[in-house]
Amino acid sequence: MKIILKLISITILFCVTSANVISAEKVEYLKTDWTFKGLFGKFDRASLQRGYQVYTEVCAACHSMKYLSYRNLSEKGGPEFSVAQAKTIAASFEVTDGPNADGEMFVRPGKLSDKFVMPYENVKAAEAANGGAYPPDMSVLVKARGGGVDYIYSLLQGYEEAPSGMILDEGVHYNKYMYGNKIKMSAPLSDGIIEYSDGTNASVEQMSKDVTTFLMWAAEPSLEARHQMGFKAIIYLIILTILVYFSMKRIWSRIESEV
Amino acid sequence: MSDHEYTPKSKFGKWFNDRLPLLSLASHLTDYPTPKNLNYWWTFGGILTFCLITQIVTGLTLAMHYIAHADMAFESVEHIMRDVNYGWLIRYIHANGASMFFLAVYIHIFRSLFYGSYKSPREIIWIIGIIIYLLMMAAAFMGYVLPWGQMSFWGATVITNLFSAIPLVGEGIVTWLWGGYSVDNPTLTRFFTLHYLIPFLILGLVVLHIWALHVPGNNNPVGIDIKKPSKDTVPFHPYIVIKDGFALLMFMIVFAFFVFYAPNILGHADNYIEANPLVTPAHIVPEWYLLPFYAILRSVPDKLLGVIAMLSAILILAALPWLDTSKIRSAVFRPLYKQFYWILVADVLILGYVGAMPAEGLYLLIARVATAYYFLHFLVILPVLGLKEKTIPLPLSITEPVMGGSSNIAMAKKKESKIE
Amino acid sequence: MSEKKTNRRDFLFTATYAVGAVGVGATVWPMIDQMNPDASVKALASTEVDISTVTPGKTITVLWRGKPVFIRRRTQEEIIEAKSVKLEDLKDPQRDEDRAKDPEWLVMLGVCTHLGCVPLDQKGDYNGWFCPCHGSHYDTSGRIRKGPAPTNMEVPKYEFVNANTIKIG
Repeated sequence: MKIILKLISITILFCVTSANVISAEKVEYLKTDWTFKGLFGKFDRASLQRGYQVYTEVCAACHSMKYLSYRNLSEKGGPEFSVAQAKTIAASFEVTDGPNADGEMFVRPGKLSDKFVMPYENVKAAEAANGGAYPPDMSVLVKARGGGVDYIYSLLQGYEEAPSGMILDEGVHYNKYMYGNKIKMSAPLSDGIIEYSDGTNASVEQMSKDVTTFLMWAAEPSLEARHQMGFKAIIYLIILTILVYFSMKRIWSRIESEV
Repeated sequence: MSDHEYTPKSKFGKWFNDRLPLLSLASHLTDYPTPKNLNYWWTFGGILTFCLITQIVTGLTLAMHYIAHADMAFESVEHIMRDVNYGWLIRYIHANGASMFFLAVYIHIFRSLFYGSYKSPREIIWIIGIIIYLLMMAAAFMGYVLPWGQMSFWGATVITNLFSAIPLVGEGIVTWLWGGYSVDNPTLTRFFTLHYLIPFLILGLVVLHIWALHVPGNNNPVGIDIKKPSKDTVPFHPYIVIKDGFALLMFMIVFAFFVFYAPNILGHADNYIEANPLVTPAHIVPEWYLLPFYAILRSVPDKLLGVIAMLSAILILAALPWLDTSKIRSAVFRPLYKQFYWILVADVLILGYVGAMPAEGLYLLIARVATAYYFLHFLVILPVLGLKEKTIPLPLSITEPVMGGSSNIAMAKKKESKIE
Repeated sequence: MSEKKTNRRDFLFTATYAVGAVGVGATVWPMIDQMNPDASVKALASTEVDISTVTPGKTITVLWRGKPVFIRRRTQEEIIEAKSVKLEDLKDPQRDEDRAKDPEWLVMLGVCTHLGCVPLDQKGDYNGWFCPCHGSHYDTSGRIRKGPAPTNMEVPKYEFVNANTIKIG
């Protein structure tokens, strides 16, 4: 028992000190309630659908999402557009396909099985069009940033006047939450930049939240299935552990009665 | 003890067993006499077997979908996560399974250190264990390269560059390891091949590890030999099986928590950025389980000596049975050793911590002190302690401890009665 | 030990085994199911084919679910031949009307039902297809007439989207 206590206290001490040191280095991110956190966390469908609208109308001009397909938009656990809606969305994009029987590439409307159409042909083209900075692919962006959703959410709202004395190059902007505070992307959102089809007021804060939720789903489409399965798995394990515990007591009692 | 002759009851069983004594083996395994007083720290052997099998099964299934090519590896992992049936589950089990494997192996190793399980006559078990541990590190490192993210790529670059520290042939070895002039597609495919191979080597060594264990039998918390098997031991099945099973389930609850609710917490965000040979991430940090050795590497200002120090830190463990001069196994009867044991635990945790921090200023100083102490513990403290230390009298048998005034024996007894 | 106590013990062990077995089953299933077609494969289940350039007597071959699909615009003679065959002469009796929605167009999987080779067009004893692997002869309706293949070549689900387009799957 003493050993366990010692080990636990060492571990706790260790964790507390490391947590302190780590948090001291970081900026405090803006906070908001995410519906997908916690044991039963689920995505807010309406927010996902709005987030998709923000993505297509604002982000998609520069940022690709190459690992997603249009079919994902109607899949369970996502924005859950109807299949018909998702087909309409897909058909509104032009996809290069081919070669056809004459050996030529041709353009056709998108299908559900197509991947999201990319804004640029390749990374070099993307860099050339954006002053040398590649707008990162957004498929797993949330998981690729240390602060996750809070970081993205804050970054979108973190554009400020540069503090006096800080010199920014042409095409570089000041952002409170960016690593090094210098970012090549200009503030992408402004109040009313889009008109939500469900009538929600498109404030910067609202759009940031919606698009971040959408990006979280894009990076982790299995999140809802994972939470549901996890809960069942852990409940199951606890029940079996209890049964095995009593079986163990029963079996070891044979020895005790002998001694 | 286990030398009893086993005769199958059925005629066919006897016919089969005479040709291939599998039934005798099964009988040996189920009846294997195990000390009664094993505590829960002894359940980690079973847990580790579970971890190995889990990694092999999930690894095989992942390999059915993964593409070992520099242009497609990252995408194929995303394909597994998004499209393959239960792909996300299998990958998260595999990724977190590696961490759980190391968690269990560290507990297993430190249990051995505390109770002196590496001492005569169990040196071979211990050395096989160290080889398994080394292979685990190799497998984990190469596995981490496979998703071909930024950490994969730069981790591979940094670790393979360790070999360039070797005088004269170093550069040649690194080029040979890479199969090119940098970490690239040839490196990825060979790492995949080796990552696939190593678990089966480990499996073979685990068989030897258990075989070697079954010759002298288990050590136990009191650390003395079994005097009367009929009184001091229980058959492995069902007593130890059910106890291992119970501990395994507790372990699985923790495991499940990581897989389902924090699957990426032990990984690095940078590994979700596809490998880019032009940009190094700001912080290159290995996985948590390699951090103490990484800290030792960085604490030495010389390239070659750093690599030597890191390797020695692991290899020194193989010499442990001879560095520890004490005849007494269990720390329960070695009050001074027990103090040093806990200092070592703290030292390794500190090394792990500074390994995750930037190698500068105070962190570097702490890393150097902790590295020095690590070697001091094994090279000076242990040999001297065994000769100088005053130990507590050992009990006569594990079921009949001598009545002494010591609180430690009282504790050992309490533990025993709890288990029974 | 009383009998009642023994029963209780049995129940505890049985329950533990049963619950444990359920867990093993639930764990094994994902490992098996991962080998089934994944979501991206399922999404490609249908394909549309432009048939405007196919003239009578011509066959085009398209790939659908990784297998060849023969789309043949049959001549009048072939249609008459296919329709005139008596059902009792067939190994796998099937009327031509049940195989071709529009008699002019025959759409079928170009896979021999023996062991999966691709039969050759306009070969064999029945003016249809001939499988070079083990010598199965198919008629102008793709029905097995001679050789080891057990059944007719399979007709996939298809529909005419318009006069020039067939959607398979």
